[in-house]
Amino acid sequence: MSLLELKEVSAFYGRIQALRSVTLEVDQGEVVALIGSNGAGKTTTLRTISGLMHPAGGSINFDTRDITNTGPETIVQRGICQSPEGRRLFVRMSVQDNLLMGAYIRTDKPGIAADIERVFTLFPRLKERRTQISGTLSGGEQQMLAMGRALMARPKLLMLDEPSLGLAPILVETIFTIVREINAQGTPVLLVEQNAHKALEVAHRGYVLETGSIVKTGTGKELLESEDVQKAYLGM
Amino acid sequence: MSEPTTVKKPGSLWARLHLRERIKDRDTAIYGVLLVVVLVWPMSTYYATGSSFLTSQAAHAGTWVLLAIGLNVVVGFAGLLDLGYAAFFAIGAYCYALFASFQLQSSPLHHAYHLPFWLMLFVGMFVAAAAGAILGFPTLRLRGDYLAIVTLGFGEIVPQLFLNLDQWTGGINAIGSIDQPSLPGWITGPWAGATSIAILPNFNFSYDPTAYYVLVVIMIIIAVVLVTNLHRSRLGRAWMAIREDEVAAAAMGINTVTTKLLAFSIGASFSGFAGAYYGASFGLVSPDSFLFVVSITVLVMVVLGGMGNITGVIVGAIAIYFVLNNVLVSLPTNAESFANAVGLGFITKTNGDWPGLAEEARRLQFLLYGLILVGMMLLRPQGLFPSRVREQELKHDAVVEEETVAEQVPAR
Repeated sequence: MSLLELKEVSAFYGRIQALRSVTLEVDQGEVVALIGSNGAGKTTTLRTISGLMHPAGGSINFDTRDITNTGPETIVQRGICQSPEGRRLFVRMSVQDNLLMGAYIRTDKPGIAADIERVFTLFPRLKERRTQISGTLSGGEQQMLAMGRALMARPKLLMLDEPSLGLAPILVETIFTIVREINAQGTPVLLVEQNAHKALEVAHRGYVLETGSIVKTGTGKELLESEDVQKAYLGM
Repeated sequence: MSEPTTVKKPGSLWARLHLRERIKDRDTAIYGVLLVVVLVWPMSTYYATGSSFLTSQAAHAGTWVLLAIGLNVVVGFAGLLDLGYAAFFAIGAYCYALFASFQLQSSPLHHAYHLPFWLMLFVGMFVAAAAGAILGFPTLRLRGDYLAIVTLGFGEIVPQLFLNLDQWTGGINAIGSIDQPSLPGWITGPWAGATSIAILPNFNFSYDPTAYYVLVVIMIIIAVVLVTNLHRSRLGRAWMAIREDEVAAAAMGINTVTTKLLAFSIGASFSGFAGAYYGASFGLVSPDSFLFVVSITVLVMVVLGGMGNITGVIVGAIAIYFVLNNVLVSLPTNAESFANAVGLGFITKTNGDWPGLAEEARRLQFLLYGLILVGMMLLRPQGLFPSRVREQELKHDAVVEEETVAEQVPAR
């Protein structure tokens, strides 16, 4: 059984249907990319998984348990943590305080301290800026901090919402390298991206979302080579 | 096996989040000064003025300090704007007044209760906390301005309720001759009273404002210890996160509804605590002691003292109390004697449309109060003694502004 399973999930914003029977899964050890254009329902999918929104139909299973109607705080405790859309840092707190906030659900102080060091090894830039107020970081550093903060909860599944949004090309490269590294250290990643090319390069598997429905799925390589995807998302 | 150095001192991690080491110095100094003043106040003012009036005034100011400490939990820590805080104060006061006076004799119960103050202090606290939870439960899903409006409504409803339930509360006639607290026998003991070995001589709440003064100081110390620990606790961090960004807080695994409810409820409990004390010390509880202006005054104390910082809030409460009950009250007489002293005696007399200086000053009291508030906010927008976090917030906002300005300037 997969780690995360969405079965025919539908979701609404008021009367507007944002997700139409979305079925997807993430397995242990995988990077799964969810690609699609603006308004396709990528962020809605993440919000539904993390409990910030509840689906109108279908079911969500995580780690063999049903989390369809579970609240966000419980879902974090079950092991899903996300770097939300727009990063949502605590912009007035320091880098270190943000990381500590990420570990809110944990109480093992030595473990938290060790994980802060781990995040700093992953993102050496953050270590230099440890005491800086996070709102004054550059866009790339803020994204790193958002990812680091999500990792502080020791998630069984990490969800990243548009990690490359608004970053310089060189930083985009760095971010995706780090996604690979996080995954190599054993954390499965569900990646939502508009930058389909980059995302599919990193991902083991991918899903293409169009106006709320999954229209295509396959391995990262398959999707990269698929003509439809190339036309619609890769600009080829 | 070599471990990172931070592992050796795990305790210091959370401490850093509250910037404790930097807060410590200034706060210790303020607490020190306050403690010395509190200790010498009753004696020194008695020798200076020959009456214990100033002690009784200080005891009354203590109620406001308690209220400000409580509201600071809601507004300063959790960032929830509560405009109906006086309602919980009223609930605490009525809770004590009803069960420690002859009031219920004339109610449909036909039986007067005289429960001990020490018990009712905590009952008042719990009832207010429960009221906070009841109000909070349906409303805390609202944010910002909407929450403020609902709490405002609640603050209006509660005194109205006490006014209109006159069968029980006496309505406009208020509840009078409320029991004074008395120390339990095991404290006063057989040695208390007229004998020469009295440990607590004259510690009688019926005559001596010093007794109330001591009581309120002890209550404030308890409140400060509790709130300081709360602020440094896990719950305190959750409040901070919610104040900063609610969605992000939820994404960190913080149960935002429960956390906000706790802020509301804990804040209300201090108000209930203060209410019971107020009922006992004033001896009279009337619906018009809990009007909107009370909520606003407490809010002004919190904002002006320095939102989120306990010492700041205490100083703010004392300062505003002093301005309201001392500076403004004695303004007419002071203005008159000043005019006489500098040889402008004629302006103190009525003359045509001119009502005389004293009367004019009395009329302008609240204009002056407003000017003082505006002036203080202009000089120190962050409050008298802001929390370090808040100071950083303002600094950060300034930095961000500068950066946006810098970005707009074309590079050369």
